[in-house]
Amino acid sequence: MDLSTFAESVGESGPVRIEGDCTRGGAPGDFPLVRAPAGIVEFLPAEMTLTCGAGTALAEVDSVLAAAGQMVSLGETGTVGGALGSGWSGVKRLGHGPVRDALLQCRYVNADGRVVKAGGPTVKNVSGFDLCRLMVGSRGTLGFLGEVILRTRPRPRCSKWFISSEADPVALLSALYRPASVLWNGTSVWVCLEGHPDDVAEQSQRIRGASEVAGPPPLPTGGRRSVAPRDLGALTGHFVAEMGVGVVHHADPASAVSVDPAVRLLHGRIKQCFDPVGRLNPGVDVLSPVGGKP
Amino acid sequence: MDAGLIDSLAAALDRDRVRTGPTELVLYGRDASNMHGSTAVVCLPTTAAEVQACVRISNDFGVPFVARGSGTGLAGGAVPLDGAVVISLAKMNRVLEVDVANRLAWVEPGVLNLDLTRAMEVHGLHFAPDPSSQQSCSIGGNVANNSGGPHCLADGVTNAHILGLEVVLPTGELVVLGGEDPEPAGLDLRGVFVGSEGMLGVATKVCVRLTQNPPGVRTLLMDFDSVEAGAETVSAIIASGVLPAALEMMDRLCIEAVEAFVHAGLPLDAAAVLLVEVSGLQRGLEADLERVVEIGRLHGARSVRIAKDEAERQLLWKGRKSAFGAIARIKPNYYLHDTVVPRRRLPEVLSKVYEIAARHELLVLNVFHAGDGNLHPLLVFDRREPGVVERVHAAGEEIVAVSVAVGGVLSGEHGIGLEKRDYMPLMFGPDDLAAQELLRSAFDPERRSNPHKVLPSPARCSDAHAVAEGMWI
Repeated sequence: MDLSTFAESVGESGPVRIEGDCTRGGAPGDFPLVRAPAGIVEFLPAEMTLTCGAGTALAEVDSVLAAAGQMVSLGETGTVGGALGSGWSGVKRLGHGPVRDALLQCRYVNADGRVVKAGGPTVKNVSGFDLCRLMVGSRGTLGFLGEVILRTRPRPRCSKWFISSEADPVALLSALYRPASVLWNGTSVWVCLEGHPDDVAEQSQRIRGASEVAGPPPLPTGGRRSVAPRDLGALTGHFVAEMGVGVVHHADPASAVSVDPAVRLLHGRIKQCFDPVGRLNPGVDVLSPVGGKP
Repeated sequence: MDAGLIDSLAAALDRDRVRTGPTELVLYGRDASNMHGSTAVVCLPTTAAEVQACVRISNDFGVPFVARGSGTGLAGGAVPLDGAVVISLAKMNRVLEVDVANRLAWVEPGVLNLDLTRAMEVHGLHFAPDPSSQQSCSIGGNVANNSGGPHCLADGVTNAHILGLEVVLPTGELVVLGGEDPEPAGLDLRGVFVGSEGMLGVATKVCVRLTQNPPGVRTLLMDFDSVEAGAETVSAIIASGVLPAALEMMDRLCIEAVEAFVHAGLPLDAAAVLLVEVSGLQRGLEADLERVVEIGRLHGARSVRIAKDEAERQLLWKGRKSAFGAIARIKPNYYLHDTVVPRRRLPEVLSKVYEIAARHELLVLNVFHAGDGNLHPLLVFDRREPGVVERVHAAGEEIVAVSVAVGGVLSGEHGIGLEKRDYMPLMFGPDDLAAQELLRSAFDPERRSNPHKVLPSPARCSDAHAVAEGMWI
């Protein structure tokens, strides 16, 4: 499916919703459903960019990038569009950065059914307002992502997870040089170290009582919370917290956060400007927490 | 100008922080670009409440306003138009709070970029964006322009280093966009504010992400017989999986000018030099360094000079960072361009840049962020020569067009401002520009915040949609 066919499927009027694999939830209601184009359009290893349909599976992207020793920081499951639409990062955000930094350019279908380009194909770009930032995490409420250019990064030569029940997770943030991930569940710490194998071995010595493990712990899926990193120490219950970042995977559902009325009003004006009749993903409120899997 | 406006501003701030002196008004009528506007009043607020008062009073009088940091912008972004009230954030220059363990700090927008990095040195941290103007440019200005710098190759430009913003919206409310927590509810309004060139409001407080200083750094210089060989080396390094901390290039004329200025021992007979910096943990660093040297030699590097100590490293960097000062030795005036092209197109774009300059009988020097494909052609000239300014502008326009034509972008780090506003259609179609207008309309329905910048032709939110409200319901 090309972009113009996708735009036609979105159409010019009537409510419409978009779905990928629904690994991060999905759009509610039984409105007409569309899917974004899938497939890799172009991968330029020397530019460190990959162009693909938003409906492309992250697993497919990862296997193509892996062959060239590269990767993209969008999490592991579901589709590219789902990862961008939700804005949820994977557990290595501490080292790899947030999802929003991976999107360089997008072509989305707007509420009038027209294809709009935002951003640019190069990593450095300050040419006008950066609407890509607006699209990441907008859950399909302002436009439906069709085709995107992603920023890739070198795949580390070596990536290892360690577990310790003795190490202090906050102290580790300073003791280690740019760890990819530091997770904490209130008793144990999981650390992901990446880079040259010798450096990984040397850094792991700094984690008291560390032993190598296959990967991160299973993440509780009751609710994904966003907490200032300095407040993570006060967490209670069954959780895995991303130290230095503030994403908390909790067994209990997240409660609604209070939103400044002026910020809510601004959100309303943005939605009104981009989708005046509210036809894109009706019923999705970006200011409400998402249920479902993290 | 309405005397009531100035009186109201003076009542909200101290009288001596509301300036109307003719000399000051001329100074604040321009920035570091060659464009100028005019203003009737300059406000120097010291608190967010005072900034809010400036915005609200401007709104009450129906007058636009423009926020200003250090005025080092090169695209005319801080130039006041339509008699805009200038709101200078220079007096709001305190580092408010630092969370060392989680590597973030709240700072006021007037804090200078290098001052922040220096203040964080004691914690082993720094603010990663390092524009050439870092001694004098402000964090607020960096936010407005999504500034870059040599070390943004590996660590990303300003947007990746801003976590939250306290902002006075153009409609007068004081709000926080983003914040210390990683996924605040709602849209990423922090993200769209960064790089919006003062058109979505005025930042009054910034939460910055701080970066660990690397445990090891190695800097090396390689030189080449041709610009093409240097540019191909750049692509090959990135393709090999090495992402250097910085990867900079200078061409022959620039090398000559810099060497005469800093005496760093640069090879005067080279067509191009590459300055490469790798950083990190010891073994990874050594492996990267070896790989870079190997790739350089494969592409015909004539010599490889690895800085043996910090003093030599500083000398090599001084050569790069003082390039713009060194150029005054050739001609009294220069026009600095800023475009980005895909790395693989660097050789052909550079040869076109030389061809364009030659055709317009101008000298061009290139010193740029090669790793990012971020070109900075410097056209040097003497303003007193008749017709030369017109030739400089004509050549500049062609350089921008060539960059966009090969799949590049209008600006990598200087922004659009006034300078490139009318070039926006080179990169964006009418629907794309209309979408950017929508964002502007949502933030600033009256278009009072830094008017007439970035977007070529105004359209209202309501103009952009043919569908009437509630049509399908």
